[in-house]
Amino acid sequence: MTAEEVAAKVGGKVEVPAEGAVASSVYVGDLLSDVMGHAGEDCALVTIQNHLNTVAVCTLVGCSVVVICHSRPVPPDMAEGAAREGVAIVATPMSQYEAALALSELPPSKH
Amino acid sequence: MAEGYNPTILQGQQTSDDEILANTPLDAKALGGDSSEIIMELLQRFKVRDVMKRQVICIPRKATMRDAQKILRDNRISGVPVSENGRLYGLVSVNDIIKGLDGGWMEEPCEAHMAKNLVVLEGGMPLAFALRYFNNYTYGRFPVLDSDRKLVGIISQRDVMRALLYELSVEIRKLERKTSPKAAEAEQEAKENFYRKEWAVVHNDLSRAGHAANAIKGILRERKIDRSIVRRVAVAAYELEINICIHSHGGVLVLLIADNSVSITAKDRGPGIKDIEWACRDGTSTANDWIRSMGFGAGMGLSNSKRVSDKFEIESEVGKFTIVQCIFDLPKAESAGKEGGA
Repeated sequence: MTAEEVAAKVGGKVEVPAEGAVASSVYVGDLLSDVMGHAGEDCALVTIQNHLNTVAVCTLVGCSVVVICHSRPVPPDMAEGAAREGVAIVATPMSQYEAALALSELPPSKH
Repeated sequence: MAEGYNPTILQGQQTSDDEILANTPLDAKALGGDSSEIIMELLQRFKVRDVMKRQVICIPRKATMRDAQKILRDNRISGVPVSENGRLYGLVSVNDIIKGLDGGWMEEPCEAHMAKNLVVLEGGMPLAFALRYFNNYTYGRFPVLDSDRKLVGIISQRDVMRALLYELSVEIRKLERKTSPKAAEAEQEAKENFYRKEWAVVHNDLSRAGHAANAIKGILRERKIDRSIVRRVAVAAYELEINICIHSHGGVLVLLIADNSVSITAKDRGPGIKDIEWACRDGTSTANDWIRSMGFGAGMGLSNSKRVSDKFEIESEVGKFTIVQCIFDLPKAESAGKEGGA
């Protein structure tokens, strides 16, 4: 599922596009150590952590799309970092649970 | 007039340039060889106490402005702190002397004419902080206090420049040695046996957290090391980098690829760990609320690092340091030297 398709599913907007960013599974987590330990490659990360460190974690685990919930703003350093690292960012007004339900056609991300 | 007046001299232990250097192992190449990055690292790595003058000439409150003038002249300094028993009351600068000469109050006690609302620095602040202060204020020097608010030193722009220039010249010499043909040959030879690189990690600088782990991931990928191993190493490197960042007073992350293994070693200066077994349990952490709000400090760092490693070692001394080493076994063909090969 491309970032644009993810955005459409969660009623959101692609804040940072990234060429070739495709999500094939979903992981939900606000605890970055938990994401580090359990999210798999090419997943969509559903979170409320709208800061640069989220991009750093995604880069390390190979997560390609971040879905920021509750319409939290994407700070400029996060947007720049994501663009540089090829991670797409989608913002949605939904909660983490609603976003996970909206993306339920994708399997859970496992590592 | 106090002709024979003797100033008090605060006799702190002066750190020599060599000592500073010995305690600050920097490798310009490890920092990417980029000079601006080296300067940034130096500014973060060095603390105010590393470069301040520890021998501070002070005068008591009852000394006259004339006494202060004599001390400034005799010692060729532009400001003298007014301090008694380590407590800082004010500072008399050349400007105050000029005003005193003009206003005719040179025989009056300096406590009546000294600057009292002082901007001070703390010894543990990064040098970058001091530079910002020099930019923001017009003062030529700042008194330095310790955590008990006692005067322990004084720092001027000249002290900062001297330390930076000295360190940069050391880095340049290192680079020159490394780029000489013989050194390059030796380095190539060493490269075939092992690879080592280290990154400085700065306390509380979460904006750069992940910088080292990401670079490590890139290096391992370049060497075509198995993706699942790269991920495990990256997870440990990131967790340890974050731990240094949020729990210690700063430290280094070292990557070593050798003998069919990859190791990540995190060394920090800091509070140390009182109960290692407790700290390695999932969900135990001493992180503050701010760190937790950022999604860290859930007490999974050490346990995550341990879980992904083939071998995990930790050593710590309360009040001094913590060293954590994670070792990852490599299949024989993937070991260090074969650049890009396997």
